[in-house]
Amino acid sequence: MRQTRTIELGTGLFVLLGFAALFFLVTQITNREFGLGDGGYRLLGSFEQVGGLKPGAPVSMSGVTIGHVEGIEYDFNEYKARVTMRIDSDYDRIPDDSDAGIFTAGLLGGQYIGIGPGGSETFLAEGDQMQFTQSAIVLENLISKFLFSKAGEKHGDAPAEASTP
Amino acid sequence: MLASLTSELLQSLRIALQAIGAYTLFFVRLLKEVPRALLRFSLVVDQVHNSGALSLVIIMLSGLFVGMVLGLQGFDLLERFGSEESLGSAAALGLLKELGPVVTALLFAGRAGTALASELGLMRATDQLAAMEMMAVDPVRRVVMPRFLGGVLSMPLLAAIFSMIGIFGAQLVGVQLMGVDAGQFWSQMRSAVEFGDVMEGVVKSCVFGVACSLIAVYEGYHSVPTAEGVGRATTRTVVISSVIVLLLDYMLTAVML
Repeated sequence: MRQTRTIELGTGLFVLLGFAALFFLVTQITNREFGLGDGGYRLLGSFEQVGGLKPGAPVSMSGVTIGHVEGIEYDFNEYKARVTMRIDSDYDRIPDDSDAGIFTAGLLGGQYIGIGPGGSETFLAEGDQMQFTQSAIVLENLISKFLFSKAGEKHGDAPAEASTP
Repeated sequence: MLASLTSELLQSLRIALQAIGAYTLFFVRLLKEVPRALLRFSLVVDQVHNSGALSLVIIMLSGLFVGMVLGLQGFDLLERFGSEESLGSAAALGLLKELGPVVTALLFAGRAGTALASELGLMRATDQLAAMEMMAVDPVRRVVMPRFLGGVLSMPLLAAIFSMIGIFGAQLVGVQLMGVDAGQFWSQMRSAVEFGDVMEGVVKSCVFGVACSLIAVYEGYHSVPTAEGVGRATTRTVVISSVIVLLLDYMLTAVML
């Protein structure tokens, strides 16, 4: 009897620990939100370019996370990317002329949406569309613009240098 | 010369095919017994204790050290690109998707698989299995099935524990010793790891659990009833399990990536 009890105790502890580990991995390591009583409201935004934005990325105002990106689809009416954001219900006073931009956290960090508040007295509510959006910056575009402008500046001497050897 | 070589080749091909067929038939037979084995769950619980709970110490220790090495190596590598903050995501993804399931399966084959194979082999050698058949007790149902199911149930839990401890090990080395920022470590990990990555590890460890347990009970049950035969069954268990786990790992990764 004693023997069985210790076996059952050990097994129970093992199973408990195993499921605790699984639970830890799913909730603490991933960015998945298990919203119990998931409130909040949805906002839409159309972006020319979303870059590396992914569902689950944070939506922040002045660095404070106020929600998450719920989905990203392509909208063939506007020919733009349509981003759905879920904002926590605590943050329900975002002016309706606020602007949304896609930024990068750090040099290699993930991308997030930053909302800059406008000055309007009316607030955004469920299903509203953000009026002003700013696309993600694509590094390649920046570099090619920079190179083209450099090439334009040196237009006089650059070809001569190239032809000397 | 050439003729004897080809006939030898054909012979070994035939043996390999036979082995695959025998394994498949044994597996189907075990699958048929699953519902009945679940009715006598206390037998399975005993085996979860044997192959799961008793493997905890080795799994946790290995997980800690694998995580710590990953932290050290990852830090050294990422530092060259000036992105030490990504250590958290690199370690977590490596552990969840690859190292957790694979290393756990290899350790499981060594710790629990050998125990199962030698236990069943000794039962065969000392005629305990034959005695059961004499008493009209099906040894597959009474002895093999609970051991198989116990292994299958233990493996995913062990792999999850391994990954969790490993992440803490990586955090220990990366954050405490090497000075990576703790907030960056966890937040980068959280933004990089997705639910699917965790599930990939779980699926892998379930498949490895079935493979390792099947190989262990098959080799033990079909061992030659001598001292040498039991030893050989134990060796074969480890060798076949390791190769099959690595092979399956490649195939599963290719499918799920």
